[in-house]
Amino acid sequence: MAGTGRTAEKVPWTKREHEGLAAGLFLLPNLIGFLIFTAIPVGAAFVLAFYDYDLLLGASWAGLENFREMFTTDEVFRAALFNTVYFTAVSVPLSVVLGLATAMLVNQALRGIVIFRSIFLLPYVTVTVALSLVWKWIYLPDIGLINSVLGVFGIAGPPWLTSGTWAMPALILMSVWKGFGYNMVIFLAGLQSIPDHLYDAAKVDGATAWRRFLNVTLPLLSPTTFFVVVISVISSFQVFDQALIMTNGGPGTATTTLVLYIYQKGFQSFDMGYAAAVALVLFAAIFVFTVIQFMFQRRWVTYD
Amino acid sequence: MRLLDSIGAALKGKGVEAPGSKAYWPILIYATLMAMAFLTLVPIVWMVLTAFKSAPEVAANPPTWWPREWHPENFAAAWTFAPFGRYLINSFVMVGGITILQTVTSALAAYAFARLQFRGRDLLFLLYLGTLMIPPQVTVIPQFILIKELDWVDTYQGLIIPQAFTAFGVFLLRQFFLGIPRELEDAARIDGASRFGCFWRIILPLSGPALATLAVFSFLFHWNNLLWPLIVSNSDATVPVVVGLRNFQGQYGTEWNLLMAAAAIATIPTVIVYLLAQRWFVRGITMSGFGGR
Repeated sequence: MAGTGRTAEKVPWTKREHEGLAAGLFLLPNLIGFLIFTAIPVGAAFVLAFYDYDLLLGASWAGLENFREMFTTDEVFRAALFNTVYFTAVSVPLSVVLGLATAMLVNQALRGIVIFRSIFLLPYVTVTVALSLVWKWIYLPDIGLINSVLGVFGIAGPPWLTSGTWAMPALILMSVWKGFGYNMVIFLAGLQSIPDHLYDAAKVDGATAWRRFLNVTLPLLSPTTFFVVVISVISSFQVFDQALIMTNGGPGTATTTLVLYIYQKGFQSFDMGYAAAVALVLFAAIFVFTVIQFMFQRRWVTYD
Repeated sequence: MRLLDSIGAALKGKGVEAPGSKAYWPILIYATLMAMAFLTLVPIVWMVLTAFKSAPEVAANPPTWWPREWHPENFAAAWTFAPFGRYLINSFVMVGGITILQTVTSALAAYAFARLQFRGRDLLFLLYLGTLMIPPQVTVIPQFILIKELDWVDTYQGLIIPQAFTAFGVFLLRQFFLGIPRELEDAARIDGASRFGCFWRIILPLSGPALATLAVFSFLFHWNNLLWPLIVSNSDATVPVVVGLRNFQGQYGTEWNLLMAAAAIATIPTVIVYLLAQRWFVRGITMSGFGGR
């Protein structure tokens, strides 16, 4: 350790310059990378949205043209916006409720419970592209797993991924299956931070298990629930891998999500200004939803 | 509310919980857990079993569960149809590079934010935090243009460097460092240790759990990540296994047994890391969840 013991003796931290220099050296490696590859691109994204940008033709000022086109003539964008909201509106409640239910189940002091926790989190850490391929197979109309099982009960299943009606529910089911374990982990941490004596007190008062859930668990868990909902909304607005691999947005535009559309516009049509504008709308949507949730949280979230 | 409950309980009598109800409760929970575990594992087990089946068996209607004959050569076949060995190496280089770069530089920066006094510290940290709120898809386009200008398309540095400097690691480690008692450093400072000496000899040895958490998180996230490598890589020399798998699907989309073998190959490293380092991963989720509560 060069320099150790040299400056010594007389409290060096009263000298601001020393601290500033040290801070600079500590920060520098990360700060340079952060500024160039994260902060500047964030700024550039906001500028780019107001340009026509083509990798070959270069950039030209477009003003609000990208946004005008998006909200007036671009039917694919409208579909993508609708699909993303649809996906979020259905998958978030499902994965939050399932995550909470599972967390309560694995919060029991039972032998081998840790194994179940690991199993439920497994889909979350397994490569999404690989799982999307498996589910694509599971959803095959004739030889796929789901329709074979349905067939046993005499039900003719729909052609899931090629059906305009069923493709999105299929995508949602797969995503809930993949993601509920993440919510379970956060809920579990929340549940374990609720002190036992509150339950004991409720028991003494003769509260049923259901009552204890409603009057102890839910209110004390509400900050966790709030966090899970916010995170789930943000991540489901960004759904991409499954949509690209399982349906590539189809049939038609039935499962084209906003991020898939950004990818198609930016990196398949190379209309990068437009893609940046769509990305900005995605950001705005996420931002607005998050702000709304923060505004409404005081109605149902209790902090002690 | 509690009063209402007690009244309700009193009215119903005390038999709200039947005396014998506790006995079958665990059995009920186990049964539910078993059913859920089964449903959770089916697709993953299905992937593995299908990877061992012959082509005709995969196309059989109704499908078979257990392979009639085992065909481990499917893995070799997938391996020869596409250079999965190369893809795996690319993934390891990319993920390893990002993880090391992110962990090391984030630890240094986080120490400055957690312990040092300098002008503009809070403002700068706010800038870091602010970018956490921007979805990565927003920055992907300018980042790609930048990579293009630097002539880094289809290179390892193009895969690694733009992904290594997110605010997440700095944020996570700063939180952890703030929790380490200052007194430990004060003593060393009085003994004449430099700032870097404190960081190296006191903070880092105490931060094993946090660094492991960040590293595991980073590994799993970037191994999985599709969008950025999909844009940056376009030759076998750099394509990581996730993108390789996607391209493989384009070419052999109907050969499900080979596809599943390839999917299993891509998945094995994450499952191993997850099983070995599960504790850190779970901690990462709850820590980045601002403690969950």
